[in-house]
Amino acid sequence: MKRFARLFREIDGSTKTTVKVAALASYFQDAPDDDRLWTIALFSGRRPKRAITTTRLREWAAEKAGLPLWLLEECYPAVGDLAETIALLLPEPDAALDLSLTEWINRLRDLAQQPEETRKAIILDAWDKLDTTERFLFNKLITGGFRIGVSQKLMTRALSQATGKPEAELAHRLMGNWSPDDTNWHDLIESEDGSTDDSRPYPFYLAYALEDEPDALGSPEDWHAEWKWDGIRGQLILRGGEQYLWSRGEELITDTFPEFSRAKDFVPEGTVLDGEILVWNDGPEPFNALQKRLGRKTVSRKMLSDLPVVLYAYDLLELAGDDMRQRPLEDRRAKLATLFDQLPEEAPLRLSPRLPFAEWDELGDIRKTARDNRAEGLMLKRNDSPYLAGRKKGDWWKWKLAPLTIDAVMIYAQSGSGRRANLFTDFTFAVWNGNDLVPFTKAYSGLSDEEFRKITAWVRKNTQQRFGPVRQVTPEHVFEIAFEGIHASPRHKSGVALRFPRISRWRQDKPLQEANTLDDLKEMLAIYG
Amino acid sequence: MSKSQVLTFTDRGIYCPAGDFYIDPWRPVNRALITHGHADHARPGHNRYLATQAAAPILRHRLGDIQLETISYGETRNLDGAKVSFHPAGHVPGSAQIRVEVDGEIWVVSGDYKLEPDGLSEPFEPVKCHSFVTESTFGLPIFNWQAQDEVAAQINAWWRNSIANGITPMLGAYSLGKAQRLLSLLDTDIGPILSHGAVENTTAILREQGYSLPDTVLVQPDTKGAEYPDALVIAPPGALGSTWARRFGKVSTGFASGWMQMRGVRRRRSVDRGFVISDHADWDGLNRAVTETGAENVFVTHGYTDIFARWLKDRGLNAGIVSTEYEGEAAEGAEAE
Ligand SMILES: [Zn+2]
Ligand SMILES: [Zn+2]
Repeated sequence: MKRFARLFREIDGSTKTTVKVAALASYFQDAPDDDRLWTIALFSGRRPKRAITTTRLREWAAEKAGLPLWLLEECYPAVGDLAETIALLLPEPDAALDLSLTEWINRLRDLAQQPEETRKAIILDAWDKLDTTERFLFNKLITGGFRIGVSQKLMTRALSQATGKPEAELAHRLMGNWSPDDTNWHDLIESEDGSTDDSRPYPFYLAYALEDEPDALGSPEDWHAEWKWDGIRGQLILRGGEQYLWSRGEELITDTFPEFSRAKDFVPEGTVLDGEILVWNDGPEPFNALQKRLGRKTVSRKMLSDLPVVLYAYDLLELAGDDMRQRPLEDRRAKLATLFDQLPEEAPLRLSPRLPFAEWDELGDIRKTARDNRAEGLMLKRNDSPYLAGRKKGDWWKWKLAPLTIDAVMIYAQSGSGRRANLFTDFTFAVWNGNDLVPFTKAYSGLSDEEFRKITAWVRKNTQQRFGPVRQVTPEHVFEIAFEGIHASPRHKSGVALRFPRISRWRQDKPLQEANTLDDLKEMLAIYG
Repeated sequence: MSKSQVLTFTDRGIYCPAGDFYIDPWRPVNRALITHGHADHARPGHNRYLATQAAAPILRHRLGDIQLETISYGETRNLDGAKVSFHPAGHVPGSAQIRVEVDGEIWVVSGDYKLEPDGLSEPFEPVKCHSFVTESTFGLPIFNWQAQDEVAAQINAWWRNSIANGITPMLGAYSLGKAQRLLSLLDTDIGPILSHGAVENTTAILREQGYSLPDTVLVQPDTKGAEYPDALVIAPPGALGSTWARRFGKVSTGFASGWMQMRGVRRRRSVDRGFVISDHADWDGLNRAVTETGAENVFVTHGYTDIFARWLKDRGLNAGIVSTEYEGEAAEGAEAE
């Protein structure tokens, strides 16, 4: 654990990417195999099965610290992280014990079989023997969520430096549903054939947002345009007689969308498709419809018939078992079109159509009709682009419509967590309905740290009432809220719900009375809902 | 609570009816008693000021031509029906707690304080009282300061390590108090200390008063970083990452504050190194201070007021929350935190 704690301190203590990557690379060179395997697992969101509930953890920590539970509960929102809160509250350790990361993890995993008394004794004993950083990491192993400023991208870069293997290959190796229990360092990272697992997806290629006008991209004929759909990105894999569907967040969502069990009736074995999952009723439905299907493990018959989904395919990554990613987009699209030629209506697969255009101006006009086509904007892809791994600049761009906006009044504030613990960052906004303010959305992001500091000082002085961590504040400040969509929602007092709401700016120029009204929102609902 | 309110809490500040004066008021008043020179406690615009002799030069520097009377630590003065005296608070050089006695009833206003002697500020003295008005900037049990020597060792090691790698260490610290405390902890055998003008002003005043501080080199408009390869730079937090800092080339930024105990705040600051050191009392310090006053009534001002007050009530004290416009370790750097 000492070695892992040192790695953590080096990463956490620096703002410089090069320092973080160097620390990781040197760790990946020196650490024992099972420790480095676990480190990759932890930093990519995998964790040992939870052996203890956080409720017990809180109780035991309060007892050990000699504090009432309510006081620990009050510290938690201030710190923003339970593992850290507990690490800071515990008394100084009275001994030291240097077990490796894996040994501590195994100790934790053995707990599942133990009676509660024993579990408690083992946890309290561990706290006695670890310093503050080690305790924080130990607690994190229990609570999960190792977000420490190391992206998958940085980790693959460091692994590449440590092993000499190319980043793209390593990114691919790290995809899929492996766990340290069913693989080892050699098989995952070093072995010659890294693709033994049929379910393993390719890393998604992600586009950057286009900030300027597309003229800067050069000649229109070098570019392929299509709609940017308002669903979720998915990778459909047909290998070994099975189908696997992956989300962009690397979640296996095969069971959520049983429609795709029929995909193999329409396209051959050894095919991997990249596309958008959308609810389809004679055309794509808005995201709101798809949302009802997300996160379900079992899907009712009614749901399947009311809200059927399709994959709107836009790229072909594997054909007849061959990796196609290095071929130019034109080529991949041509093969995709052949594959999809004359697919029957009942197939859960569609080809996301190409939008022909001759001039950038013409494309600009097409973009303006995106909302009518149930799209969020356009995707621009260079005809000769390979399918890269991760977010890369140059060949793929998303050219979204400007968001919808509304001016709203801040009425509640709550402090943030993590990087923004101790600042008020979570706000509830309202619009006017006559003389009343009707809350209609929450928004978290969009202000600078400086603005958050300013508003935090203001909230402290203008709190009218407290409800736990939430403060009701004097209605005074108007903010512009940007969002991507709006739909009717009976669960909300305002009757509407927004998609991706965020604060776009603080309207310090705008008097309270001039914020928008509920009628304005309803009008937007009628137009865009 | 008590038979007579020695002090009351008004929208101008803490007021003593018997003596007709305010303590650290935030709106202009006729007579203000000032605990220390930080901007949220010593505000401009009052008719008359009373503060310790040790605090006077800084107050004059910050507030200009004010009508200021001074008093020694421990000296008693009668202001109409109230007896007042000032006692060391250990917060920054010249800082005081203010004791007010009316008809045998004693109240103490802590201002800001810390218990650990820092070698520079007049060390904190507990003062017995019936009612204690305390700050609670760090009034959560997650705040536990390490001994000053340990933090000093971390800072000096960072200095050595930075210059060994050809990088200039640049330490951000509030210009009154924290900066001088850090100066006194630095190991001047490592190299020279360069100081930003805002820090240097205050340092020069305190040096003049006789506080023992190491030599510093003022950074002038034409100062070049390359001329001082072994130096550590000390500057107000706002100067970190500014155009002013560019002259030093590659820098490693450090920030010294009690808030650095929280990882979230450390990351938000996005400094290379956070040093946990504060001029405010930590959790144990606050509790010890309350206990040592022997007070039955405790009024909690700025900080984690509601939580600390509830904790004191659990301990059997009469505790209440007072809303003030003090800002804790915030205003000391002229930024809200
Ligand atoms: Zn202060
Ligand atoms: Zn203060």
